[in-house]
Amino acid sequence: MTTVADPLLSIRDLEVTFTTEEGPTTAVRGARFDVMAGETVAVVGESGSGKSTTAMAVIGLLAQNGRVSGGQVLVDGHDVATLGGAGMARMRGRVIGMVPQDPMSNLNPVARVGDQIVEALEDNGVARGGAARRRAVELLEEAGLPDAARRAGQYPHEFSGGMRQRALIAMGLSCRPRLLIADEPTSALDVTVQRTILDRLEALTTDLGTAVLLITHDLGLAAERAAKIVVMYRGEVVEVGPAAQLLTDPQHEYTRRLLAAAPSLASRRIQLARRLGATSAVGDDLLAMSAETPTDEKAAVDARAGEASTEHDDSPIVEVKDVSKVFSLRGSSLFSRGQRFTAVDGVSFQIPRGKTVAIVGESGSGKSTVARMMLDLIPPTSGEITFNGRAVGGTDRAAEVRFRRQVQPIFQDPYASLDPLYTIHRTIEEPLRAHRFGTAAERRDRVHALMADVALPLDLLGRYPAELSGGQRQRVAIARALALNPDLVVCDEAVSALDVIVQSQILHLLADLQHRLGLSYLFISHDLAVVRQIADHVCVMERGRIVEQGTVDDVFDRPQQEYTRVLLDAIPGRDLQLGLEAG
Amino acid sequence: MSTDPSAQPLLHATAGAATGSPGPSGRDAGASIWRVAVRRLRRNPGAILGGVIVLVFVLVALLAPVLAAYGPEALPGRAEIRPTYIPGPSSEYPLGLDRYGGDLLSKLIWGARASLLIGVLSTLLGLLGGALLGLVAGAFGGWVDSATMRLVDLMLSVPSLLLAVSIAAVIGQSSTAVIIAIGVVQVPIFARLLRGTMLAQRGQDYVLAARSLGLSRRTVTMSHVLPNSLGPVIVQATLMLATAVIEAAALSFLGLGGGSPTTPEWGRMLTAAQNELEVAARLALLPGACIAVTALGFTLFGEALREALDPKTRKR
Repeated sequence: MTTVADPLLSIRDLEVTFTTEEGPTTAVRGARFDVMAGETVAVVGESGSGKSTTAMAVIGLLAQNGRVSGGQVLVDGHDVATLGGAGMARMRGRVIGMVPQDPMSNLNPVARVGDQIVEALEDNGVARGGAARRRAVELLEEAGLPDAARRAGQYPHEFSGGMRQRALIAMGLSCRPRLLIADEPTSALDVTVQRTILDRLEALTTDLGTAVLLITHDLGLAAERAAKIVVMYRGEVVEVGPAAQLLTDPQHEYTRRLLAAAPSLASRRIQLARRLGATSAVGDDLLAMSAETPTDEKAAVDARAGEASTEHDDSPIVEVKDVSKVFSLRGSSLFSRGQRFTAVDGVSFQIPRGKTVAIVGESGSGKSTVARMMLDLIPPTSGEITFNGRAVGGTDRAAEVRFRRQVQPIFQDPYASLDPLYTIHRTIEEPLRAHRFGTAAERRDRVHALMADVALPLDLLGRYPAELSGGQRQRVAIARALALNPDLVVCDEAVSALDVIVQSQILHLLADLQHRLGLSYLFISHDLAVVRQIADHVCVMERGRIVEQGTVDDVFDRPQQEYTRVLLDAIPGRDLQLGLEAG
Repeated sequence: MSTDPSAQPLLHATAGAATGSPGPSGRDAGASIWRVAVRRLRRNPGAILGGVIVLVFVLVALLAPVLAAYGPEALPGRAEIRPTYIPGPSSEYPLGLDRYGGDLLSKLIWGARASLLIGVLSTLLGLLGGALLGLVAGAFGGWVDSATMRLVDLMLSVPSLLLAVSIAAVIGQSSTAVIIAIGVVQVPIFARLLRGTMLAQRGQDYVLAARSLGLSRRTVTMSHVLPNSLGPVIVQATLMLATAVIEAAALSFLGLGGGSPTTPEWGRMLTAAQNELEVAARLALLPGACIAVTALGFTLFGEALREALDPKTRKR
């Protein structure tokens, strides 16, 4: 038993260097923090901050080209670097366990789940044979997997994402390690599943007295789950402190930005502010911006809207009436009739002009299918979508071109939505060229104006998408979408793939563009916290149906459906003190 | 749209961080993936070795009239050949003579030209034919796709060498027949590859984005889908060049290449050398080495090119 003063894990001025094509890169610089026995510590930071690299250095699983180039990792006072390969392998599993990020790729697809746990038990000499098999079932039960005895005999592909993550938790805890490293253990899962998994993990580690090193990008989640938070930024630890103190009294500038950006916290602040009648959270509520639109700008917006659509009135820009989409799946044998799968089932909603309607749901709820139908990329099986009073999806090429000018998409993954062979200039110019907009010089001016609109420097124009950061790419995608002055922009998880601070910048940009240009948004997201900030109306989708819709205030303050309540509860940081009550 | 966007208070306090993560190194700025690929190739020893071999091969083939001491069909040492004796290396003939009294070095140099011609032309034929079929299948989909792919399956179901032999048998024994035969054998490979990559690209978001811009199907296919699908096809072409050189040698070895016994061609030289293995093994070893090294060169270069173009390892 270690004494109170001795930390279980002690990271002393850790430096990790990767050898890359461009020479050595330091990924972690002078990181320093401790984890006490039984304590939960969260490491928070954006992608590339070095948080995962630090965790990998602790368990000795850095990538081939990475090495600890300075400092020490002390486990129980012993320097991990002196252990060597075999000693390190002995330590893994028994002293330090790990729950990896992606449950889809971290189980061996050709071995039964139970056998994979038995393997871990036998390799570490915890149990063998029949005893190990019985133990594996117990562990799976412990991790909250129902019907564990039968499930242990199944293969990973028969498991859902949440079940796989439970199996990985069982595996990580199988040899009763004293420290468990959980690297974004739930970010690949649906929000409702996320919450139950984290609850289970917390209960288990508390019972067993296991210390947890939780790696996450979500400050709200970290504050909810950990006693102590380590904030990392560009390879350095910028702040360490108790969670409560960090939330109310952040010391470092980056922590403050992170606090301001985290959607879970921002949406919480809006809720709290509303309840308290305070106005301190107005900055988080992006809708508040449009209320403050100066009158001359509003006039400009109105003028523009008037020229764009002849029927400028209060009628909704989009009406979706009882739309369904049925996919036929390929049959199992050559002659069997293919199965039919109803992705969207009798969905109806409207998008008021100049407003944002969000569709929220978990994976498989059919929300993206609605977006694709709205974009006329796939036809609905039944029902009708009207845009500016005209039915969407005719065979008339001229009508299609007109529709496409007015409705533009922004997709989730900015890495995939730009043609890698096109320079930024060519990417943004393409829609102008395709619709024969002006002369080359006029098009160049327009491209420059669009770059300014999305706050990108002009020297990026000659670059290729691969040379831009994720946030920059998403700005390019937005500029391209705006090139033709659309009326409606369909944002399909447009900020989900971005880091929180970038996410918040893009959300601000979208809100700003909306009130300057009078845009209407259809905003598809799985993240209610983000929706809280940007949407006027919310439609909650579950298994192809809209189970609840209303104004964002109604849905968040007075949810009518159990499913909506579960989704709302899953936003991390439910019970956090954000320092607003006092103010 | 505002006329003076810079006047807009668009930049939020944090928008300066739009340039967020550290930009790529200056050299990378604005470099197309091809230029990046070239730089990566230069750092890969395998690529350099392969590139040098390919370069030497091409130079030798092009400069054959200058490099070779004797013409392609010349038999300068005719008088010195005996049934049981073929003169070895000497000052006049650095690699010795062949069975008919030709200078082996000159024959090998002229042979490079024949091999390059056959390799490039047949691969070009296979590439164009295959790309056309693949493009039709990948662009139209539906029953056109199914019909095209069944045709390709049919071509694939015949062993390649057998197909080549049959074609050579129908057209007659000539180097044109060899080129056509090898080219046709390559068609299904290129067709499948291009169709596959095009199908994969068609589902990408940037293609959906292009469709949403109102571009016609033809524009989307020709200016987005096709250019992004060509990488693997080009890599495959360099690898197929190696195969084509070997197959050309094999067809000549089987006696299907046409020409006379003295026509300088590596595969034919191998065939002819069978009878003299005990008398002069170098007659088989040297052309064999030429074929092997050339094939190795193209393969190394092709593999390195594949790595350099792999989008998964592309620098961000």
